[in-house]
Amino acid sequence: MNFKALTAIAALMVAAPALTFADPDNDTLTINGEEMVTKAPLPAHLEDSMLTEIMSGWHFRNDDTQAMQMDDFDNPGMLAVEDAAAAWDTVEGTAGKSCASCHENVEDSMKGVRAVYPKWNEKAGEVRTLAMQINNCRTENMGAEPYKYDSGPMAAMEALITVQSRGMPVDVAIDGPVADTWEKGKEIYYTRFGQLELSCASCHEQNYGNMIRADHLSQGQINGFPTYRLKNAKLNTVHGRFKGCVRDTRAETFSPGSPEFVALELYVASRGNGLSVEGPSVRN
Amino acid sequence: MDFTRRDTLALGAGAVALTVLPFRVNAAGEDAIAAFTGGAEVAEGGVNLDAPEIAENGNTVPIGVSAEGATAIMLLAMGNPTPGVATFNYGELAGSTMASTRIRLAGTQDVVAIAKMADGSFAKATKNVKVTIGGCGG
Amino acid sequence: MADGAKPRVKAPKSASAGEVVTIKTLISHKMESGQRKNKDGSVIPRSIINRFTCEFNGTSVIDVKMEPAISTNPYFEFEAKIPESGDLKFTWYDDDGSVYEDVKTVQVG
Repeated sequence: MNFKALTAIAALMVAAPALTFADPDNDTLTINGEEMVTKAPLPAHLEDSMLTEIMSGWHFRNDDTQAMQMDDFDNPGMLAVEDAAAAWDTVEGTAGKSCASCHENVEDSMKGVRAVYPKWNEKAGEVRTLAMQINNCRTENMGAEPYKYDSGPMAAMEALITVQSRGMPVDVAIDGPVADTWEKGKEIYYTRFGQLELSCASCHEQNYGNMIRADHLSQGQINGFPTYRLKNAKLNTVHGRFKGCVRDTRAETFSPGSPEFVALELYVASRGNGLSVEGPSVRN
Repeated sequence: MDFTRRDTLALGAGAVALTVLPFRVNAAGEDAIAAFTGGAEVAEGGVNLDAPEIAENGNTVPIGVSAEGATAIMLLAMGNPTPGVATFNYGELAGSTMASTRIRLAGTQDVVAIAKMADGSFAKATKNVKVTIGGCGG
Repeated sequence: MADGAKPRVKAPKSASAGEVVTIKTLISHKMESGQRKNKDGSVIPRSIINRFTCEFNGTSVIDVKMEPAISTNPYFEFEAKIPESGDLKFTWYDDDGSVYEDVKTVQVG
């Protein structure tokens, strides 16, 4: 038998009842002994959704995968955090600055930052994701080349900043100047894309907890991003994941960093308001 | 062996049992065992092999082995293109004869741990690990 | 790979004489298996760490022969007996001849 045969076996698995229900578990996530909020009451803006509570993707993984996130030493995503900590202190670009030149100690200056992004930038008059802000710092303040939006160094820097907010509740603003972007993100979330005609909601709102082939569908929360996936053994960005999801509907995808994905990130982040910032998480 | 869509559907009707068989059988695994044991008899039991029944992703599967009184434990993935995974040789200051690591499995298959005991005998444990194919092309 | 590999070791800083301690190690490394193909269909050559050792004051704790089936960023957990104060020395051997080392001192007292 060769890999064609494997494909056939995959097809057989599909031939079995496509969706079987498997509840998310009720385990408690602690990271280095600190308890995370992984289930939270429904934010007011999700009253018209089919959800009754919000929950972290951690509950949908098996015990082995869950355990890898519970101790920073066991979490391979922390390797990237160490890389980014070195990058934080490295001078790059024409201005002769590092991140630390302005922001000093990352533990203090970046505490709480992840929890509120994406957010409105008054000066630029736009909604900015954390990745956009990082690149803006690089190009405007450091005179350095921007990171590619969903690249390894970007994911690592996001992880370094994220980890400073770990355990804090996601608290993304959805009103005021970001309201239009948020509405646009919501529209994308509920729009069916691709030959399979799937919206984000088709899987992650209407069918979370069900199995799609052998995979346990989560609510698609992004409070754990960037996330180390066992599948590709590296940190993955939110937009990288969005792209993968849209591609799997067999659609032309939006690009990482595009206005569509920025809006979608704002909307999806707000669906997790109240869950702990978990990144870098470990998923399958 | 090539499968058309039609063949695949036909297979689905009659050959569900196929899915529970190891997806590939590899004589190289038997050869590796023979090379490690020198052809000696291998007893069942006396080795603990801690592996998930179902791995969420074959790329990173947590595995633990231990065997009281072993001097070395060889770990094999019998269905991988090359079955060798690791051989743990315990030194004088080993606190116990255990080890855990994370391994790659190319598909559903048997994982085998063979312990070489201090008295020169061999023991083994086998565990079938199902490797799932992710929902989204994973 | 020599530039990218960075070892991490978790070991206790102190122990009582003869105590058995748990050690965890993780090293960043792609562990290219030699089974994958690149976009033009040619095989990406194998490039892995093929051996890992841990010694305490020069005496072996564990010596691991590693094959391509070890996952990216190789992880090991094992136990060592600490008879006296001294150094745990960890060594990873790369296919390309590179050797990565880390040392952790354990105080007995």
